Amino acid sequence: MILAIASGKGGTGKTTLAVNLARACGFPLQLLDCDVEEPNAHLFLPGGTATEETVTIRVPEVDESLCDGCGECSRFCAYHAIVSTGAKALVFPEMCHGCGGCIKVCPRRAIREVPRRIGTVEKRQAGNVSLVTGRLDVGSVLAPALIRAVKARRDLSRAAVIDAPPGTSCPVITAVRGADYVLLVTEPTPFGLHDLRLAVDTVREIALPFAVVLNRAGSGDDRVQRYCTDAGVPILLEIPDDRRIAEAYSRGRLLVEELPEYRERFAALARQLLLSESSGGG
Amino acid sequence: MKELVVISGKGGTGKTSLAASLAVLAGNAVVADCDVDAADLHLVLAPSLRERHDFLSGNEAVIRAQDCTGCGTCAELCRFDAIGKEIRADGAPVFRVDPIACEGCGVCVRFCPERAIDFPKSLCGEWMISDTRCGPMVHARLKAAAENSGKLVSLVRREARRIAEEEGRPQIVVDGPPGIGCPVIASLSGASLVLVVTEPTVSGEHDLERVLALARHFDMPAAVCVNKWDLNPAMAERIEGRAAAAGAKISGRVRYDPGVTAAQLQELTVVETAAPCVDDIRQIWDHLQL
Ligand code: SF4
Ligand code: SF4
Repeated sequence: MILAIASGKGGTGKTTLAVNLARACGFPLQLLDCDVEEPNAHLFLPGGTATEETVTIRVPEVDESLCDGCGECSRFCAYHAIVSTGAKALVFPEMCHGCGGCIKVCPRRAIREVPRRIGTVEKRQAGNVSLVTGRLDVGSVLAPALIRAVKARRDLSRAAVIDAPPGTSCPVITAVRGADYVLLVTEPTPFGLHDLRLAVDTVREIALPFAVVLNRAGSGDDRVQRYCTDAGVPILLEIPDDRRIAEAYSRGRLLVEELPEYRERFAALARQLLLSESSGGG
Repeated sequence: MKELVVISGKGGTGKTSLAASLAVLAGNAVVADCDVDAADLHLVLAPSLRERHDFLSGNEAVIRAQDCTGCGTCAELCRFDAIGKEIRADGAPVFRVDPIACEGCGVCVRFCPERAIDFPKSLCGEWMISDTRCGPMVHARLKAAAENSGKLVSLVRREARRIAEEEGRPQIVVDGPPGIGCPVIASLSGASLVLVVTEPTVSGEHDLERVLALARHFDMPAAVCVNKWDLNPAMAERIEGRAAAAGAKISGRVRYDPGVTAAQLQELTVVETAAPCVDDIRQIWDHLQL
């Protein structure tokens, strides 16, 4: 069973939900932090020794002694990552998606592939949670490739929670694809409602079942609840607007540990979503 | 012409509320909403539409099932796992491209031995120019599950600059995207100043460092302000210390104020209300000296 946690915009409490569900459930599970631009789950789940791997993609390297500047590669590349206009081909590795096309189209076989680092994946056992954290290198644009690397570390023998990046575009889709269920976290404000609608469109686009978790409940109005009722989307959990929660969060503490009265709500939700039929399945 | 980009590293730090307020304080600026994934500025600036355009970007591979012989070359070549096999009614295999996973590289198109793959432009969203009570606004909407948000961000900024030049407006206020990836990079290049809005939390601290590293990477002058600083004053101070050490200016602090949400509910920017934190925001604007 894979549960993905996402939101139309950041800062709605996605990571709070992910780490607290993971800890409160009590059984062993994997938490895949796919918010690779700003991975935060590790801040709330200390402990264990970390092992780190470097993630690379393959990018072209031009052998200048063979390149005659024919320009085939640069005409092919959809991302303008290799340029040759009469002169020897020049690679802009930060724009390369690693598709391998230029290598194949080069008539003189002047291009080969070399690895280029885009970030790291870190693994750590924090209590019941096996945490896998993807971290995109600063200046890299290839979040989707790094997210794929995090998801490739999925342990099929246990349930998994995915902390997805915020938004509605390629990184989110890459993170959420293949999940069995999606929780969308939002706030009871006009921004929250608007972003929720976008997130709902996105998960509908990839046809996954989903529900909503309302964070900071009570801080705004009831438009989100009304929208959910009208759209037939269940709200599975409301986390109240409680300054103590914001303060625990600010110090990097788990809500289910600092404020034990919340523990059972998270544990029940985790059991409901993660211990269903397909548990342990791909 | 000065271009201020407001970003946040992690989202939800009050970036949009602050950007909207700064746009009002600027008075005669062009506003650009570059948070194209989750554009929210229009919710408080009540834009009236001047023009609307499709955003076509990149291509997507489409296999013509009737011409596909099921050889599987495309699926082998695609490095983005975008091509899957299906079985036709007559039992023969055909391949199909998942438009969401396709990154539009064109490898399959070029190397399909049957030339059975089309490569049309893909519609990735729309962009608009509108009038608001604090000046013209360029905004956009990325189609759900679409690619190329970086290109859309660049387009929105380019249009904002064109309008500023044509209408003689001295400032552009940009509500930037969250994160440090492709869209943020597109929102920074060539701007005058980046203002990073953060929160006094461990996540805020962690993300701020990554955002400032990005600003340095692109040689951008950066300023920092801590929103809701009184949630954790010790952390606010520590963050400011780190930001200063990383070469950023400290532009001020905004207190924790339910008036921010209240303004949103009234579809107003915070500085158009009597919320206590309005003073804090004015100070930040004065300090930026844009
Ligand atoms: S590998 Fe693909 S993306 Fe990279 S330079 Fe070659 S053609 Fe362009
Ligand atoms: S265009 Fe590139 S990414 Fe898209 S299906 Fe073909 S090989 Fe895959």
